[in-house]
Amino acid sequence: MNESLIEVVQGRNNPMIDPSLHIWGWEIPVYLFLGGVVAGMLVLSAALALRDRDGPRSKALQTAPLLALGLLSVGMAALFLDLEHKAYVWRFYLAFKAASPMSWGSWILLLVYPAGIMMGFGMLDSDRRAALLDSRFVRGLHLRSLVMCILGRADAARRGALWAGIIAGSALGLYTGILLGTMVSMPLWNTAVLGPLFLTSGVSTGAAVLLLLPLSTGERHVVARWDMAAIFVEIVLIVVMLIGFATGGHASHVAFSQLVDGPSASAFWALVVVAGLAAPFTLEAIEVRRSLKPLALTPILVLIGGLSLRWILVIAGQASSWANIP
Amino acid sequence: MKEKTDKRYAMVVDTRLCVACKACVLACKAENRVPYGFNRDWLVEVTTGRFPDLALENRSERCNHCSNPPCVHACPTGASHVNEGGAVLVTHHKCTGCKACIAACPYGARYVHPDGYVDKCTFCLHRVRDGREPACVEICPTGTLHFGDLSDPDSDVSILLRTRKYKVLHPETGCEPNVYFLE
Repeated sequence: MNESLIEVVQGRNNPMIDPSLHIWGWEIPVYLFLGGVVAGMLVLSAALALRDRDGPRSKALQTAPLLALGLLSVGMAALFLDLEHKAYVWRFYLAFKAASPMSWGSWILLLVYPAGIMMGFGMLDSDRRAALLDSRFVRGLHLRSLVMCILGRADAARRGALWAGIIAGSALGLYTGILLGTMVSMPLWNTAVLGPLFLTSGVSTGAAVLLLLPLSTGERHVVARWDMAAIFVEIVLIVVMLIGFATGGHASHVAFSQLVDGPSASAFWALVVVAGLAAPFTLEAIEVRRSLKPLALTPILVLIGGLSLRWILVIAGQASSWANIP
Repeated sequence: MKEKTDKRYAMVVDTRLCVACKACVLACKAENRVPYGFNRDWLVEVTTGRFPDLALENRSERCNHCSNPPCVHACPTGASHVNEGGAVLVTHHKCTGCKACIAACPYGARYVHPDGYVDKCTFCLHRVRDGREPACVEICPTGTLHFGDLSDPDSDVSILLRTRKYKVLHPETGCEPNVYFLE
């Protein structure tokens, strides 16, 4: 910006564009958050199942992949609410645009459901299967033979289904970050770190949801340790992102200023860095080292941090848009 | 996808001639039935300097019909596409209103039409195909706006860009815009 600039009169005044870009509201961060949670739940529950191939599993872990698909549906409902031309939503599935992360995402979402169902059904024990076949939903819709068929296929390709869950979950978590990261118009989003950051945050928030479920002691111990590792990587990625912004060109400085003295800066440091990362990491480290009874507060803080990360990046990213600079 | 054509349409805005009368805005609204409260083109008036030594730059702005259009790359359905002469258009019945293109555009050149689809400047291709100028260019009373084909070295726009100093907006984004501002 010119130092001697006195006044700019902008005559555009289009809704959602002026005075500052605000096209994406609560729906997008909620979807990005739930997409990350689902990615983490699928990856972690599949990894746990692969780790203890024939070991006993808690009921909570057995149903985690199917619960994840329910959460994904809530996220997709939020995404649908954000569309302005809702009657044309089917257009997503008449095209595949390799350059568009959103196109990749819409197809990845379609792959997550069969992968989640196959791995979820394969993880159910005989009691759960009987309960599923006897459920009002399956009986009412005469789905018994279809469910039996899927269960048979899931058993035949158990390991393959678990790996499919890991791959589909990872793709889901990664794409949510890349979706924002490829926007050259938004300096705060336009960093390659965002893909791995959202995936790692997804693993951490997925772990947090699992820790809120009644897992067995052994499962809880493993998930808590994986969560600590994910939080540590997330902190490293945020530091790398901030270094990149601080040492980059003009656009990077615009992004950096959003996180250090912009309107969302205090929320970023308080909710994401302190409450969402540093506090749960410290609490988990104490719980694991001293074998204390785990607090529900720890995963709740992780979830607050994960939602805040996406919410703040979506809001502050739009505030950093070149479209706001005449 | 890009139609097979050698044309490269561009607009040249002579900021020294513009008096910010906004006739271009009104002509566009009338020609393209742009709804009330929305604009496909607009005026930006920038005052710089230190009183009493001031400089005023009036810019008639619109979609830059970039050669490397991030909106087209971001569109998941192919609704945003490159058309004749490199003009960037939106096929309304393919648009889901996801707004990825609006997020991708560094110029704020797009908006959501009240009917739900994303809308923007078309370089008045419907007129250009009939051998007419875009409505904003035709109505400009001071001769500020010039439209033409950059692949033709004898076109007005090519000659102006060869003989005058010019700038484009936000060149650092790498979008290679095709609306040029003479200084």
